[in-house]
Amino acid sequence: MQYAPTVRIVEMPCSGTIDHRVLLQTFEDGADGVFVAGCMEGDCHFLKGNFRAKKRVRQVKKILDEIGFGGDRLDFFNLSAAQGQRFAEIVKEMTERVLQLGPNPLNKKAKKEGGAA
Amino acid sequence: MIIAQQKPVKDIAAMISDCKKVLLVGCAGCVTVCLAGGEKETEVLASSLRIMRKMEDNPLETVTYTATRQCDPEYVAALDNLTRDVDAIVSLACGVGVQYLAERFTDKWVVPALDTKFIGGSTVHGNWEEKCGLCGECILHRTGGICPIIRCSKSILNGPCGGSQYGKCEISKDVDCAWQLIYDRMKALGKLDKLMEFQPPKDWSKSRDGGPRKAVREDVMID
Ligand code: SF4
Ligand code: SF4
Ligand code: FES
Repeated sequence: MQYAPTVRIVEMPCSGTIDHRVLLQTFEDGADGVFVAGCMEGDCHFLKGNFRAKKRVRQVKKILDEIGFGGDRLDFFNLSAAQGQRFAEIVKEMTERVLQLGPNPLNKKAKKEGGAA
Repeated sequence: MIIAQQKPVKDIAAMISDCKKVLLVGCAGCVTVCLAGGEKETEVLASSLRIMRKMEDNPLETVTYTATRQCDPEYVAALDNLTRDVDAIVSLACGVGVQYLAERFTDKWVVPALDTKFIGGSTVHGNWEEKCGLCGECILHRTGGICPIIRCSKSILNGPCGGSQYGKCEISKDVDCAWQLIYDRMKALGKLDKLMEFQPPKDWSKSRDGGPRKAVREDVMID
């Protein structure tokens, strides 16, 4: 499977372990975009982990919109371990979306601060 | 327990717009249980505020702490060291907690992050309902365990109004008529005759009448 080198994968035992704090932290740490990939609906080993992850992602998107950061930088997808092709597509889709949105606005600020120092 | 909900982040940010460093204090009591102001919510709010401020090129430093309860002086005192160099304290407790913090930290700008809504409980995870109006003299033994003061939209104490239709209150088809519930339950218990007993008007002097209320227990006082 080939996919764009723009992503860094963080493995989790189940998408249901994702937490609002972790998602916000990724953006504070400079991620330009983040997507959470959960199993196909009905295929979660813990039954409802992917449904819960999807709801949490939706909530964090709402927060990001509310604070003006933009929820578009975050998304949730369902896909199975056998769908390498689909994974590559999602990576491409997210990469394109993020390229359009530009870099994480917090990075721009950090660079400016760094440049001035 | 007390049910509260977080204010919009923008509103909270506006309250501390002139601050550089703030302490956000969660509460491990009621607001942890109703998922509005516990440890996790405190971190999420801190992160949201930091992101917002960084985007405005005006970074905010945050310190977070979750008190066992904000409505007990001993737990509030535990915050002394954390408050010294902050410009403001954001409380994620109910209105009681905010006031305890304001009382102790007299020279600090203390602001509420939550709107305190009501006292009640959950029906399922993520859904809470108001159950008690804090009337000061409970009458649930006369109403089948269903509170007419808060669950009847008009707080009627002597049976349903004319707006009770098919078990629903006239304000909304989603709201049960409390008096229908009371009647049905008393009937099922074989206690309808209790509803016929004469009741004098409720003594509202035990409620909000006469200013803030107090409860005293001499026997448990330490000094
Ligand atoms: S401060 Fe408020 S929310 Fe916290 S435990 Fe006390 S009553 Fe409950
Ligand atoms: S009767 Fe009074 S104390 Fe009892 S549940 Fe209703 S409001 Fe609360
Ligand atoms: S095992 Fe839960 S989402 Fe995959």
